[in-house]
Amino acid sequence: MQLAFPAKAAARPHLPFGEWGLRAAAITYLIVLIAIPVIVINIEGLRGGLDLFWTDITRPAALSALWLSIWTAGVMAVVNTIMGTLTAYVLVFYKFPGKRLLDSVIDLPFAIPTLVTGVMLVLLYGPQTLIGGFLDQQLGIRVLFAPPGIILALLFLGYPFVIRAVQPVLAGLDANQQEAAFTLGASSWVTFRRVVLPAIFPAMITGGLLGFARALGEFGSIVIVSGNIPMRSQTAAVYIFGQVEGGNMAAASSVSVILLLVSLVVTLGVDFIYRRKSYA
Amino acid sequence: MREKPVRTFWPWLLIAVVVVYAGLLLLAPLVAVISGAFEDGIQPVLEAITAAEALLSLRLTFFLAITASVINAILGLIVAWVLVRHRFPGKWFFNALVDLPFVVSPVIVGYVMIVLFGRTGWLQNFPIQLAFSLPGMLVVTVFVSLPFVIREVMPVLASLTREQEEAAFTLGASSWMTFYRIVFPAIRHGIIYGIVLTLARALGEFGAVAVIGGGVQGVTETATIYIYRSLHDRNDIGAYSMAITLGVISVGILVVMNWLRRDPSEKGSQHVDPTE
Repeated sequence: MQLAFPAKAAARPHLPFGEWGLRAAAITYLIVLIAIPVIVINIEGLRGGLDLFWTDITRPAALSALWLSIWTAGVMAVVNTIMGTLTAYVLVFYKFPGKRLLDSVIDLPFAIPTLVTGVMLVLLYGPQTLIGGFLDQQLGIRVLFAPPGIILALLFLGYPFVIRAVQPVLAGLDANQQEAAFTLGASSWVTFRRVVLPAIFPAMITGGLLGFARALGEFGSIVIVSGNIPMRSQTAAVYIFGQVEGGNMAAASSVSVILLLVSLVVTLGVDFIYRRKSYA
Repeated sequence: MREKPVRTFWPWLLIAVVVVYAGLLLLAPLVAVISGAFEDGIQPVLEAITAAEALLSLRLTFFLAITASVINAILGLIVAWVLVRHRFPGKWFFNALVDLPFVVSPVIVGYVMIVLFGRTGWLQNFPIQLAFSLPGMLVVTVFVSLPFVIREVMPVLASLTREQEEAAFTLGASSWMTFYRIVFPAIRHGIIYGIVLTLARALGEFGAVAVIGGGVQGVTETATIYIYRSLHDRNDIGAYSMAITLGVISVGILVVMNWLRRDPSEKGSQHVDPTE
């Protein structure tokens, strides 16, 4: 704080010419590439008036696509928030063989193209495969071309979000507090609930929400595993793709507006929870 | 160390649950695609991957990913610099904008480009043809991979103390020299890590490039679009082979990522280059 003050005071009144250029470049870049497209899609979606927008958005296929996206992403977010927190906990606090490998493969979903994820899931759970055939014939569970396949794809790509958000917080926790609680007779569960959980809760929610927002718009893997059946396995992103291909721009725009709105609210919510340590 | 040696039952159960979950979720699909592609031996895979159109699509993917990475490395660095070092009204807004490409559906990104530059688009008389062409695909690739360098560099830049820079400046170094000698070595690690993430994201993009590029065979067909079309045409071996190829490249990128994350020697700014 003290250090930053004189530097800031010195830098503010006469910003050198070059720095103005950098600022202009940065702002232009962000506006042209990000702000304008977001504004354009909203104008395009509402251009025909609210009535038309409403008609487009309340079509059964559109509604069911939006709802499918939201609930599958929601299921994924809940499962991965729990499993991700557990994974982070195990990675930070325990020592076991294969730990380094586990820590490395967690980033796999960030690296693998989502379309490839889709192909992998088809090969794993397709009706002709060992697992897919068993689930289908013995248990009557259809994975591909149905919501379970979509959820599996989302689980894959959403796994790292909570882990990578919670891990650094856990690693930075003050061990003394836990030991104190433990010494005072708290069980490890009570210690976790009263000491650890409150500390990592914001990171869990942040990671979960980011994963949710990311999963809402997922396209590459879902278009492969879902089979694109309207009203049954067609998510919002796939619906938009279909409408654009078919030249039905109004329908594509209105669903885009809703999808974008949800992502925006969630992202801003994360920003709010997190109060991003203002990099000043 | 924080790590406790595991002696009791419950920790082992937790570890087992995590390992099984991660194994089923992440590794089983990997095994499935490898065994699926090599079902009839390695020969068909090699043939499929060296087919002219497969190679063309790979070349296009690399061209787009590398160009997008270069653009995002330079402009990302500038954006990170401005967002950390400058103070101006509305800065929080621009900071929030940076995260949007993480969450906006790629299909929507491609679609916006069509709305703007398509045949009946708002800017249909734009001098450069962006719809169904390479420049348009490059723009969307840059968009989807925009945040990585910025988000990797910003925290490092914010954590630097200004003393060294001020000392260099006082001793007469130009601001460019100060940046090059003092700031750059400190953030180099973050930049490289950001570029690797950018590259990975750009290589795998499908939705946005498929919408704006139209997937014209041999012209605007990237590796991911090639996979999609091959599945459609029942050319399974072609699709699986390309999926494996992209998968191997991604795993390679992952290895680099881990290696970078674990290399502590790069962290500080004390790194002295003997050739200088």
